[in-house]
Amino acid sequence: MNHPQKKKQNKMRLTLPLEEYMHSGHLACQGCGATLAMRYVLKALGQRTALCIPACCWSVIDGPFPYSSLDVPIFHCAFETAAISAAGLKAGLEMVGDHETQVVAWAGDGGTFDIGIQALSGVAERNDDIIYVCYDNEAYMNTGIQRSSATPFGAWTTTTPVKHYKNRPKKDIDAILAAHRIPYVATANISYPEDLYRKVLKAKNIKGTRFIHIYAPCPSGWKTRPEDTIKLGKLAVQTCIFPLFEVEEGSTWKINIKPREKKPVEEYLMRQGRFRHLTAEAIALIQEEVDRRWARLLKYEETSPL
Amino acid sequence: MKKQQPTKKIIFHSEKEMPLAPYSLGSMLHNRTGAWRNIRPEINLENCIQCGICWKFCPDVAIYIENEYPVVDYTYCKGCGLCAEECPVKCITMVEEEK
Repeated sequence: MNHPQKKKQNKMRLTLPLEEYMHSGHLACQGCGATLAMRYVLKALGQRTALCIPACCWSVIDGPFPYSSLDVPIFHCAFETAAISAAGLKAGLEMVGDHETQVVAWAGDGGTFDIGIQALSGVAERNDDIIYVCYDNEAYMNTGIQRSSATPFGAWTTTTPVKHYKNRPKKDIDAILAAHRIPYVATANISYPEDLYRKVLKAKNIKGTRFIHIYAPCPSGWKTRPEDTIKLGKLAVQTCIFPLFEVEEGSTWKINIKPREKKPVEEYLMRQGRFRHLTAEAIALIQEEVDRRWARLLKYEETSPL
Repeated sequence: MKKQQPTKKIIFHSEKEMPLAPYSLGSMLHNRTGAWRNIRPEINLENCIQCGICWKFCPDVAIYIENEYPVVDYTYCKGCGLCAEECPVKCITMVEEEK
């Protein structure tokens, strides 16, 4: 590679560590948000990590049998058991005297919001010492874009076609987990990697069940251009559709990024093929709901102690 | 981060060569995903401000850092165009791949 010789050799200003625990050659689609989420989380957690992955996009992205694209051990478990397998793995490691290894349950939104919520709720109630990461691409993308309870209002999926688009709002999983009074609940976004990195580092140093909800755009499922992945993530935060906040002990709510001026949701919706059929009334409904949720979140922060 | 070298594909000639438990034996680096690409990113290093944003946002880990400058690894780049879109000085252009 011919570098410009005239220029002074400045040092690169990197905001994340250089170590990679994820290799190239994985099987993700172009512009996948989930791979970025994994990359940042592993950068924060380091080598001493074990993953439990149920059926989700990542069980495919990782590669078929004799291969793996990650540098950390992975346990592929059944769909509904991500949280409980991780808790069992942690208990086993404690028995052999390993208290350092972080066990991470890594599930998609189907494995968290719908199928895995029973096991997750049990683990959260017992406060088992695991990190639960949900990367949220808002449908069952791995099996072919079926509706899940993380799918937002108005979205097209193969099971909610344009004529009968989803008419129920997205499940508020963060509030459900916060209601379990676990030590740490946070939402993160792949478009804000420094924020994500900081949250995972913070979670690493806490004992007990920690839940991190990562927003991961999916170009093939959302019918967007692959190069828009980061832009969509940023828009989701700037329109307050996916606010970034953290909850400690179920009571202390803190919003991390408050947009100076809220963008209209239309800007976010119209970039995606799955929302293209929406009428002006439906968009107004979505805007109303987003405003209501944002006002509620601000109130949570206001009334939380400290 | 250094450039990643492709590895060999693992081939089992008989059942006896297979491990008893299904654990991974190698990395996915044998899978040259560069073949998926239609458009190819090209970095104009003259204008590069070394911010590392392209490296940070590459979903395929296909941008590595050499002599404090980003370099695209065309063996693995899938051509999603994220780096070109996010570059603050627009020094990355997507070029049509010629066959």
